[in-house]
Amino acid sequence: MIEAHSISFRYHEAWVLQEVSFRVEKGEFVGVIGPNGSGKTTLLKLLYGLLAPQRGEILFELVPMKKMDRRDIAKRIAVVAQETQLLFPFSVLETVLMGRSPYLGRLLFESEKDLEIARKAMEWTKILPFSERPVEELSGGERKRVFIARALAQEPEVILLDEPTANLDIEHQIDFLDLILTLNRERGLTIVMASHDMNIASEFCDRLILLQEGRIYQMGTPEEVVTKENIESVYGCEVWIDQHPVSGMPRISLLRKGGR
Amino acid sequence: MKIITLKKVLTISILLGFVLIVIILISITMGSVKVPPLRSIRILFRAILGLKGAGNETERTIILSLRLPRAILAGFVGAGLSVSGATFQALLRNPLADPYILGVSSGAAVGAIIAILLGLGVSSFGLPLVSFLGALLSIVVVFYCGRQEGRIHPHTLLLAGVIVGSFLSALIMFFISLSQKEELRTIIFWLMGDFSFSNARSILIIFPYILLGVFLLYLRARHLNLILSGEESAVQLGVDVERLKLVSYLSASLITAASVSVCGLIGFVGLIIPHSVRLIFGPDHRLLIPASALIGASFLVACDTFARTLLAPVELPVGVVTAAFGGPFFIYLLRTRKAIRTL
Repeated sequence: MIEAHSISFRYHEAWVLQEVSFRVEKGEFVGVIGPNGSGKTTLLKLLYGLLAPQRGEILFELVPMKKMDRRDIAKRIAVVAQETQLLFPFSVLETVLMGRSPYLGRLLFESEKDLEIARKAMEWTKILPFSERPVEELSGGERKRVFIARALAQEPEVILLDEPTANLDIEHQIDFLDLILTLNRERGLTIVMASHDMNIASEFCDRLILLQEGRIYQMGTPEEVVTKENIESVYGCEVWIDQHPVSGMPRISLLRKGGR
Repeated sequence: MKIITLKKVLTISILLGFVLIVIILISITMGSVKVPPLRSIRILFRAILGLKGAGNETERTIILSLRLPRAILAGFVGAGLSVSGATFQALLRNPLADPYILGVSSGAAVGAIIAILLGLGVSSFGLPLVSFLGALLSIVVVFYCGRQEGRIHPHTLLLAGVIVGSFLSALIMFFISLSQKEELRTIIFWLMGDFSFSNARSILIIFPYILLGVFLLYLRARHLNLILSGEESAVQLGVDVERLKLVSYLSASLITAASVSVCGLIGFVGLIIPHSVRLIFGPDHRLLIPASALIGASFLVACDTFARTLLAPVELPVGVVTAAFGGPFFIYLLRTRKAIRTL
């Protein structure tokens, strides 16, 4: 579905991503992990065409990204960003309806059909009860759901998530990730998620891409990627890795220097 | 479910349009020369219907050639400044933005002062023309400084606007220090915003710019909503953000340039009208733009009527009235915003 062919990108002098190649298949749940500044967010921005790579190219269903216009991209790829600015008090419904924008084009007003799609998206994300409240009044977890609903209103094939669980407590983390997993498994949506939290990434993702200073260090199943050698070499700190007692997926524990 | 529909926008616009017409009608019945209200309105309607006029020659001149054009002009300027202010607040994502924030006003002021010092009479074509040219020049300079690699960065643009504005303010001070007593009074009235510089022809000069600007902005009303949550967010929803910014900035700047060129720097309207309208009708530009235009127009016609009549026969600069009424009213809205929002 998405193919990156040795893409390199820089904002100024220094390369932020170098010679990155990978494929994401339809229906996959892929995690992008790596230390701060390893290029995770930049990679996502390249995947939806906000930025264009200086070298290499990205294909979406075999079509070069740079040949697609913004509206086409927005109909197929939705993004849930880390934090969205809320300057003026739009309601939940108004915010979710904004997801219909790529289909409206020059039209100024949404149709009944758009409203119905937005309503379904809110039902799915369980935010229908507060559809008329201003988004700014909601809690962090509810807000995240609003932006997932906005993404669903775009009727995309791919959803890109940037640090979706940052700032959420564990209840809302699980809620949110279960919702994403359902979308992935039941609706066949392709998910690419950049995350700091390697335990979450290894628990939920089919495949992981581990970035180090803008290059792919390793790519594969969580078992292949989340190993003591890989993590210690990329992050430069000592960790302990065993298996999650329930799922059997790799689990990272931090070790304090000098032991306890 | 509550959303903005075409029907809602039209209903509210028609209601507000009706209010505007009533305020214009009241405005033409008031002034230092007493013309009975009913006769004033009869003069107007008979003139519109092309019938032989009521009242005497003097009264017809006062109503049809002085008060009516001035009210219409105030309406256009009020509408233009309000829509321009709303646009700058959205594009710069700064609630304190107003139509003058990018230095357009200072360019216009330098032009106007040069015209005054050159003695290009206050109600001729000369002053608005030179002032408009000054405004256009400042727009070009600010955009030239505020663009990098073909992209507009709101913060760079804002800085460029502030700096160009400060430089032009220095020029303004320089010219003021050179001016004589009588010119000084004219300059100060212009800087405070004053319709006595204008006449019926002023309407013809500015209405194409204001109508075109507001129309271009309204076409983009839905996209202006999207850019409120940030440029990246708008791109994610398929908006060509660079084009949106370019067209919107230029439209809003042109509206401002046209407005200030005929009546000077009328403050407060472009700041408080969009905010007041947001507090009442919400932040959606599809309603915000027409409602701001109509309420802004009503507000400025009313303020100008007060400016003409409060101390008649002495005229106050309208900017004094907009600030005097606008400030306290805005504070009142802010204090009661919760109550307003639940309506």
